[in-house]
Amino acid sequence: MKQLLVFIRKEFYHVFRDRRTLLIMFGLPVAQILLFGYALTSEVKNAHIIISDQSRDANTTRIINKIKSSVYFITEEKTLAGEEIDAAFRKGVVRCVVIFPPQFGEDLQHKGKANVQIVADGADPNTAKTIINYLTAILGDYQQSLAVGANAPPGIVPQLRMLYNPEGNGSLNFIPGVIALIFMIVCSTLTSVSIVREKELGTMEILLVSPFNPIMVLISKAIPFLVLSLVNFTFILVLSVGFLDIAIKGSMLLLFGESTLFIITCLSVGLLISNIANSQQAAMLLSMMGMMLPTLLLTGFLYPLDNMPYVLQLLSNVVPARWYYLIVKAVMLKGLGFSYVWKETLVLVGMTTALLSLALLKFKTRLS
Amino acid sequence: MNSVILEGVTKTYNEGKVHAVDNVSLQVKSGELFGLIGPDGAGKTSIFRILTTLLLADKGTASVQGLDVVKDYRKIRDKIGYMPGKFSLYQDLTVKENLTFFATLFGTTIAENYEVIKDIYDQIKPFNDRRAGKLSGGMKQKLALCCALIHKPEVLFLDEPTTGVDVVSRREFWDILNRLKAQGITIMVSTPYMDEAILCERIALIQEGSIMQVDTPDQIIQSYPVRLYAAKADDIYKLVQDFRTLDTVDSCYAFGEYLHLTMKADKPGDEAALLQFAQAHGHKGLEVKAIEPGIEDTFIRLMNRKTQTDG
Repeated sequence: MKQLLVFIRKEFYHVFRDRRTLLIMFGLPVAQILLFGYALTSEVKNAHIIISDQSRDANTTRIINKIKSSVYFITEEKTLAGEEIDAAFRKGVVRCVVIFPPQFGEDLQHKGKANVQIVADGADPNTAKTIINYLTAILGDYQQSLAVGANAPPGIVPQLRMLYNPEGNGSLNFIPGVIALIFMIVCSTLTSVSIVREKELGTMEILLVSPFNPIMVLISKAIPFLVLSLVNFTFILVLSVGFLDIAIKGSMLLLFGESTLFIITCLSVGLLISNIANSQQAAMLLSMMGMMLPTLLLTGFLYPLDNMPYVLQLLSNVVPARWYYLIVKAVMLKGLGFSYVWKETLVLVGMTTALLSLALLKFKTRLS
Repeated sequence: MNSVILEGVTKTYNEGKVHAVDNVSLQVKSGELFGLIGPDGAGKTSIFRILTTLLLADKGTASVQGLDVVKDYRKIRDKIGYMPGKFSLYQDLTVKENLTFFATLFGTTIAENYEVIKDIYDQIKPFNDRRAGKLSGGMKQKLALCCALIHKPEVLFLDEPTTGVDVVSRREFWDILNRLKAQGITIMVSTPYMDEAILCERIALIQEGSIMQVDTPDQIIQSYPVRLYAAKADDIYKLVQDFRTLDTVDSCYAFGEYLHLTMKADKPGDEAALLQFAQAHGHKGLEVKAIEPGIEDTFIRLMNRKTQTDG
């Protein structure tokens, strides 16, 4: 028991005295949250659009004012001829051009129907579609306001409501993913590297030759990273609540419990990697390539799993982060209880047991 | 009584392609300072790893303190101290922290076995709070030895403990080993330095995985079967070339500032013949004399014999 405590203390010395480890441990969450929260957002904000108003009447002025007041666009009014539109797009700054033809006002007054042309940069189809949707909504809105009072034609008005996330805050979706990613990196990579480092230094030979049980070597290695990861988790939650306006709806206890489970999963992966790898670089590569990519791609937080080919969907089932992601989303964002996530929890428990037993069984009490 | 016994031990790597240890049999007596002498790649480290239960031999048996290295490996691990060749301690821990860690790991404390390490530890004690990575090579070696000794082992295995250590520290290190021996600890040490071989009680000369000779250093030197000559000239490089063309010369190799030579037909008075031959080839500053062989000469002779019989 005393051996274990001294061993764990030694591991903490290693972590706190190595600037690189500390940076990965605590710098990474900050960097990731800032990146995903502010920089790598898929929302369309501040899109440059040009409005070419050739009609210049009361209607177009009102529509343009509506567009200008939207936070999504940076608008510029400019009359453009055909080739000039092309030129504007080629520069790459302008995302969309809205053209009101000269007879727009007249048509609207007399025929009750007018055309407006929206040209968007299809090179980036997602952004283009989003911009078109915004603009169509603004135009539809204006049309409705015209219809008020006049004998309005029968119409269906959809009443929209975004459950769990009324403001459409994009951070809600990625925070659980980022948490999973950070655990994967911190636990798997750092644990495997720290064990392989002992092999490289030759200290592993001494540890093996000592009367200390080799399995305890692994446990002593894993415990500090478990503790540090939980600290890290708290840190990420504080960042999310403080900077990204995320409200934690579910039970904290459940959230920490599930996270501890996932951390143990990641640690087992790390231990398994350390059995295979013989150099720190190899351990790093294995955990980065083997764990980070699947976590990024097959968890569903960057790319929806439903859109993927069936084979990849099947493959995603073996990625532990996928299940953890579902759990965190359910508990943290929807406020659901354990009865809603027990299946995912069971899958994680199964994976952890399998990985951990494999790591312990494969651990060599000799050098080869 | 024998502390360490190896019997017909063979260890191969790469599915039998590389013979690291080839049918080695060896006994180390209790309380002996035993040296395993051989160049890099001779199989010294593999032998150490088999004895410290870190590697399994392909063939043969080995025991330490009467315990089998395969069956009783856990018991052996309590009784031995081991300092691996590339052992470098934890660079980011201080001297004290390293020592405390290893003491605890081996189920003891620094205070409990202080008298075992006192002599060595006193020298590095002033640097207690310095990180191991910032110590000099000699200091590191002493700290590593302290860590290997802290649990008062019965047998101590030191794999090339003096490699990369300065001459003064090397000499000190051997003094320390002799004092440890006086405490009754059996010590098995390996080294590529022939000059350190003299400092052991008994040595085994090892080359390409097999033992060539086991004896006391004196006996090994005395067993040198022929007369040995040393020669030098201003142009030593040309002298080697010339002597090697001479039919009566058996072997000729550079040794420090001299050449060492043996003759095919061993008889007295060969100095004169060699001197004459060299003068005839126009060498200046000539010197040829008969000398006492050293361990290294024995080693080279055995090595040449081995390659001849192998080839």
